[in-house]
Amino acid sequence: MQLLLQQIMAGLANGAIYAGMALAVVMIFLAIDHLNFAQGEMATFSTFVAWQLLAWGFPYWIAFVLVVMLSFVGGIAIERILFKPLHKASILSQLVAFIALFSILNSGDGYIWDYTIKTFPTPFGTRPLFGSVLIDTHEAGMIGVTLVVLLLIYGFFRGTRLGLAMRAAAQNPESARLVGIRVGWMTALGWGLAAAIGAVGGMLIAPVVFLEPNMMFGVLLYGFAGAVLGGLTSPGGAVIGGFAVGIIENLAGTFVPYIGRDLKLTIALIVIVAVLMVRPAGIFGRMTVSRV
Amino acid sequence: MMLTVDGVNAYYGEQQALFGISFGIDEGGVRTLLGANGAGKTTVLRALCGMVRTSGEIRFDGKAIAGWATENVARLGVAHVPDGRGTFVRLTVEENLQLGAMTRRDRAAIAADIERIYGHFPRLKERRRQQAGTLSGGEQQMLAVGRALMLRPRLLLLDEPSFGLAPLIVEELFQILRQINRDTGVAMLIVEQNAALALELAEHAYLLETGRIVMDGAAAEIGADEGVRRAYLGY
Amino acid sequence: MTTPQQETVPFGAAAASGARRPTWPQTRHWVLAAALAVAIAAPFFFHGFVIFQLTEVMIYGLAILGLNLLTGFNGQFSVGHGAFYGLGAYVTAIMMQRWGIAYYWTLPAAGGVCFVVGVLVGLPALRLQGLYLALVTFAAAVALPQLLKFHGFEGWTGGVQGIVVDQPDVPGFLPISADQWLYFFTLGVMLLMFAGASNLIRSRTGRAIMAIRDHPIAAAAMGINAPVYKTLTFGVSALYTGVAGALGALAVQFVAPDSFTLFLSISFLVGLIIGGMGSLPGCLFGGLFVLYVPNIAESVSRGLAGAVYGVIMLLVIFAMPSGAAGFVRHAAGYLSRWRNPPPEPAGQNLAAPQNAYIGQQQAAGFAVRQPPGIVEEQALRITAQEALTTAKQERSRKPK
Repeated sequence: MQLLLQQIMAGLANGAIYAGMALAVVMIFLAIDHLNFAQGEMATFSTFVAWQLLAWGFPYWIAFVLVVMLSFVGGIAIERILFKPLHKASILSQLVAFIALFSILNSGDGYIWDYTIKTFPTPFGTRPLFGSVLIDTHEAGMIGVTLVVLLLIYGFFRGTRLGLAMRAAAQNPESARLVGIRVGWMTALGWGLAAAIGAVGGMLIAPVVFLEPNMMFGVLLYGFAGAVLGGLTSPGGAVIGGFAVGIIENLAGTFVPYIGRDLKLTIALIVIVAVLMVRPAGIFGRMTVSRV
Repeated sequence: MMLTVDGVNAYYGEQQALFGISFGIDEGGVRTLLGANGAGKTTVLRALCGMVRTSGEIRFDGKAIAGWATENVARLGVAHVPDGRGTFVRLTVEENLQLGAMTRRDRAAIAADIERIYGHFPRLKERRRQQAGTLSGGEQQMLAVGRALMLRPRLLLLDEPSFGLAPLIVEELFQILRQINRDTGVAMLIVEQNAALALELAEHAYLLETGRIVMDGAAAEIGADEGVRRAYLGY
Repeated sequence: MTTPQQETVPFGAAAASGARRPTWPQTRHWVLAAALAVAIAAPFFFHGFVIFQLTEVMIYGLAILGLNLLTGFNGQFSVGHGAFYGLGAYVTAIMMQRWGIAYYWTLPAAGGVCFVVGVLVGLPALRLQGLYLALVTFAAAVALPQLLKFHGFEGWTGGVQGIVVDQPDVPGFLPISADQWLYFFTLGVMLLMFAGASNLIRSRTGRAIMAIRDHPIAAAAMGINAPVYKTLTFGVSALYTGVAGALGALAVQFVAPDSFTLFLSISFLVGLIIGGMGSLPGCLFGGLFVLYVPNIAESVSRGLAGAVYGVIMLLVIFAMPSGAAGFVRHAAGYLSRWRNPPPEPAGQNLAAPQNAYIGQQQAAGFAVRQPPGIVEEQALRITAQEALTTAKQERSRKPK
């Protein structure tokens, strides 16, 4: 029983990472109506920039804020330069652009900062939380920040006019234009926000998984899986999905006999596929009902 | 004239769809564009909103708007209810209406307008928090018109508002349109296949055939014309 | 490589003209014949390594064709075809090295196994759309290397070290090298399978498959059994890529788990898009791209190879958003329109028929150019006549 609880808590801690990533995935999905496969790489790049600023002597929180702002601008720039020319092309042509972006960033990271593993500081420290062995302060900090960001996003999309305009622009660009929304800028804004959130996620994850160019790959996988599990249209669902994936992965590794350790990822994915069979739009996702 | 269109051609890629279209609408006027399928009626509305490639002159309030981006034409006060309604199916009824007022800043007036729209279309009020995609065809049409009105437009473009609707609902809708025109003085250009209904509502009518305006006159006279009666009114 | 529309004969005229005159081979056939001639001659002009690369281009083209059948023609998204490729490769390796079966029998076996697995994957896929389906295929792609490395299966799969495969022997009577023999073997298989795919696409089944892609509800309403077609397409698609994998094992003479990662699946997808979805020759162009461009990128800059690859991908997709096939189609369209400018739309050639009706209208003060209804019939008849004449003119004008 103690082991189960421990593994669940450990899973939650990992899950916080995946939840943050899943949130960024859903966020951009809401903003541009498809997935950003280069999300992880953008986050890694931002984290490297942060590392560089810290290496140059900037205090942590100043570097943090600076990187978030730079990422925001960077996200907008990427959309305007890379994706605007392709917005009339098929979605699969845009997919190629995503893959290209992934490739460029990943390779660029390695070239500029090389492949040695680097440590990244955490503002929360790593003392056990309230003396408990189950979770430490950094993990608690991650969970906390993820929840705060989630609330902010939820509030933004549901409660503000700009958020509504962004959702509308993503779902039905033509109708959005008819009501006067500048769709191009909405998309760019969505990218900026996603890049900023990704940067926050990257800077929180790096202390745990250590900074190197492929840092985000596994995380993005699990984040993507968590977002799909929770439902791509639901930020709250994404967070829950991310936590769930963390727990499933850990439990599979510990409790499934003989194969658990090697096939953690496979098992996690099987579970998700099984869930999708029952709820094809994810647990909290809404199936779009539209008239023929 | 508030809107003047002069010698406009429209193209879908290499294919020319409109040939030398010329007409106008004055403040508060209600005009209708009739014609069979494929005549180019929808294309005329799209040309006004910059949704197709055009040549020729289009002036709104004296401003030349041919080639303007759709969102900028909308910001001038031209509200377009497209064919297929263009509802935001994943958003709620209320969110759809709020989107109509996206370019306005007067919060209190927006809220008041939403109530007024519910006044015209009580069925929408019942469903205000429902996903718009779950509404029936008639309700979605009302929602689309309501959203367009939230813009407080000077010109309302309606593309086949009667399409796919039961006759009773259509009559209701057209009565509401007449009332809105009388109360707020918004000009309307209605594209319709249902010639009888459109000619009742409008003062002036145009007949479009294969991309050209072939008749242009007062609604009553066009309605009385024998050829039109036989081809478009069924008697 | 497009054919102008002269083959369509207007209604009525078909019955009148009786049997059609035999047509001269079209441009497209000449190009195909030339390409075939070049393909057959090539291995005699190059040495071993280049022959190997050419063989690989064909193999990748075949793999991409498999993906094309599923994604391009049937609209089902897959990020997992690397798994089918790897599966086919391992079937070949295991059959040859563990059971001593001749290499040519392994191809149908690989195809068969992959077909079954494809159908099995296709079944749950029926419930899922778009990105959710992508996740399932993505899971397959990620799971395969892990399963292959799993120590429980090591007796069969050779674990992390993989299996070395013998190169197929040249049949005794042919005076060519082993590399050249493999090239021709692959060429033969490839031609056979491309021909099969081409026939499938032109058949009723092919149209049903495409109908499902374009409008699933309308297709179902017309009586097309979508689940059956979709699952079968998954199976056939897997079969094609599996056979490609089998050939790949023979070419590389080695299979190992890390050769069949997600990166391979993504490469196939990139190759498909750049070649052009729904295009058969495009598959070969895609294969060429994913084989050569990474090498080119590495030779430009070792450290930034990935970045250069990405930049080249971007440049290509900006220049050809619908892939190479789309680009060729547009170019051919411009060319044909430049050589044969389309005739004036028939409507403008109508002589305005004088009749009392028009006079009446004008007297009543209407601006009338063409009165509706009454003259419409006449207009239609004239239009049809014009169209017929134009079609006849076009056919006689066609270059011999």
